[in-house]
Amino acid sequence: MITELKNVRRMGENTTGSLFFENGTIRGWNLDLEAQQVLDGRGGTVLPAFLELHAHLREPGQEQKEDLESGLAAAAAGGYGTVVSMPNTAPVVDDPGIVRALIEKSERLGFARLRPSAALSRGQQGEALADLRALRDAGAVMFTDDGRTNEDAHLLRRGLEYAHSLGVLVSVHAEDATLRKDGVMNEGTVSEELGLPGNPWAAEAARVARDVEIALLTGARLHIQHLSTARALEVVRDAKRRGAPVTCEVCPHHLTLTDEALRSFDAIYKVAPPLRTQADADALLRGLLDGTVDCLATDHAPHTQAEKERDLLEAPFGIPNIEVAFALLYTRLVASGRMSLEALVDLFTAGPARVMGWAAPQLEAGAVADVVVVDLEGELEVRPESFKSKARFSPWAGERLRGWPLLTVVNGRVAFQR
Amino acid sequence: MHLLDFQGWSAERVHSILDSADIMREVLDRPVKKVPALQGLTICTAFFENSTRTRTSFELAARRMSADVVSFAAGASSLSKGESLRDTIETLKAMRVDAFIVRHPASGAAHLVARYGGLPTLNAGDGRRAHPTQALLDAYTLRRRLGSLEGLKVAIIGDVRHSRVARSNAELLPLLGAEVTLCGPAPLLPRELARPGVKLTTDPREAVKGAGAVMALRIQQERMAGGFLPSMAEYALSYQVNERLLAEAREDAVLLHPGPMNLDLEVSGSLARSERSLIGEQVENGVAVRMAVLYHLLVGRRE
Ligand SMILES: [Zn+2]
Repeated sequence: MITELKNVRRMGENTTGSLFFENGTIRGWNLDLEAQQVLDGRGGTVLPAFLELHAHLREPGQEQKEDLESGLAAAAAGGYGTVVSMPNTAPVVDDPGIVRALIEKSERLGFARLRPSAALSRGQQGEALADLRALRDAGAVMFTDDGRTNEDAHLLRRGLEYAHSLGVLVSVHAEDATLRKDGVMNEGTVSEELGLPGNPWAAEAARVARDVEIALLTGARLHIQHLSTARALEVVRDAKRRGAPVTCEVCPHHLTLTDEALRSFDAIYKVAPPLRTQADADALLRGLLDGTVDCLATDHAPHTQAEKERDLLEAPFGIPNIEVAFALLYTRLVASGRMSLEALVDLFTAGPARVMGWAAPQLEAGAVADVVVVDLEGELEVRPESFKSKARFSPWAGERLRGWPLLTVVNGRVAFQR
Repeated sequence: MHLLDFQGWSAERVHSILDSADIMREVLDRPVKKVPALQGLTICTAFFENSTRTRTSFELAARRMSADVVSFAAGASSLSKGESLRDTIETLKAMRVDAFIVRHPASGAAHLVARYGGLPTLNAGDGRRAHPTQALLDAYTLRRRLGSLEGLKVAIIGDVRHSRVARSNAELLPLLGAEVTLCGPAPLLPRELARPGVKLTTDPREAVKGAGAVMALRIQQERMAGGFLPSMAEYALSYQVNERLLAEAREDAVLLHPGPMNLDLEVSGSLARSERSLIGEQVENGVAVRMAVLYHLLVGRRE
């Protein structure tokens, strides 16, 4: 079947045209083809669909927070074509059967494409390696104990070596839990004034420093998740200069919010790693601009409303943001003139692809027909009540943003339409 | 109107509460210790953390003013049943109470109770954050004994990091013109608390030099296991508030303690029982100050 996506513009161009797909593959621009299906891009800008390397979809076991259907629909609404899910579910994704079941179900759903990650250690307990080869053969694309910090350096070393030999990337939640202790927010003036247990920047920087050395020791590629501090970013910058095989990601909330938000005592702002200072957020932005940061990742972490209405000690960590990530950063970074659209799109598409070792998503003939049409002109308010995600709350509720996805196509099929 | 902390409070407002406390003390000295000010109002004490002393003081204050008092006590139990703080507060509100007095182990919980309940809310201690009526009764006790707090040096010694009493006093006393020095072993003394009117030092002799009041804070055994302190003996040796340390202070310096005390640990028993100690008076004044606060929050609102 041939599909025509008409009335769309390419990045940096003013005129609109048509993009043609056939059977899940891009055929090309403005072709003279008879289309069986016509989609209207409404004058929006067409981009390769985004890649998400870090989303918590909560299935199996925590479907009251999110499930594959709501989570992958939310991803499609955010413009994502492919999502790497995190394995800290209940049970943990450390069994090839779970990996297969997740992939099969997601294919039936037809929203964003799912590429599950699996636990590096059995049960994410950090004591014994999971069955990495069987997990890879079942379709796991990344190994991580995210949600847990890899305290045992020896286990991380062996896991990196083994995963590397299997051609699978390992990613880490880089935080020294013994230094973090019971910290629920960034340690600093705000935490001390509020009397809340703090999590110091050094907990992140110290662990990144350790993990970078292990990556150098093993030669294995290591991906560092959700960097939040200026200092840890500096460690990565140094490590890259020395040729260490490391990549890293940054999340939208760490770029746009600070620990000052906790003065509201609203647990929406409770996230791990925590919201840091303005100086950290500024440093992360510089890291995006100078290429130290390889990609953006959302760390979409949905919870029930009731869980987030607990006090700051009891409430769980996490911000749901996969639906607003692009619009938020387009508005804050591109529309405000701090970054080019090309650079931002790269961080949502080619950047994550490079981290994973996948072909860069593109709009040329022969590429997979994963595209998103975004409206860079019109403004819309963030309305959590209309989220596809089950987590219908947002730190950015009520904000007016530009850059919202109008249409997301995955494998040539419509996965979202506003 | 709420009393959650002292953000946005003026010295005038504090003094008018302390002036009312003078009147309440007179009430407490009468044979019939009761006034009708809060008749017809139902006050809910929502204690998510145990504290018999504080609860008793608040409940007495409310009853002395003829309010009805209902108590809600919840440990971690209601939370483990999956009930949010918001659910609990909305349920209590549905029973038509008129005000909340809330105690909670999490900093900021009193703000959430005020937000979710939409009723006058009085913070009876939330996490490490604030214990405003304790600070008010400390200020009141000092004002009664020493007159004005203007220019008064107050040393607060002990586990500053985990102390809501220290934070509330460091907020309130400078508002009234006093200078506060927070003192404790470095791991228990967050550097970030320093600001105009609030100095920090790890040296107790420096802290009490020239002080007109010295407050000892409760120190908990768990701080050793938490890695904050080497031993209780070492703490007592360096930081105990005793006659020898108080000799460095002003000649007429007084002793305060928010209680409950570990005698001969953070404070020497002999000093605590001496005539320089205002500890008994703090407890006594606590009821009067809480009556004054309830009056200002609830009667002021009805008018
Ligand atoms: Zn994480």
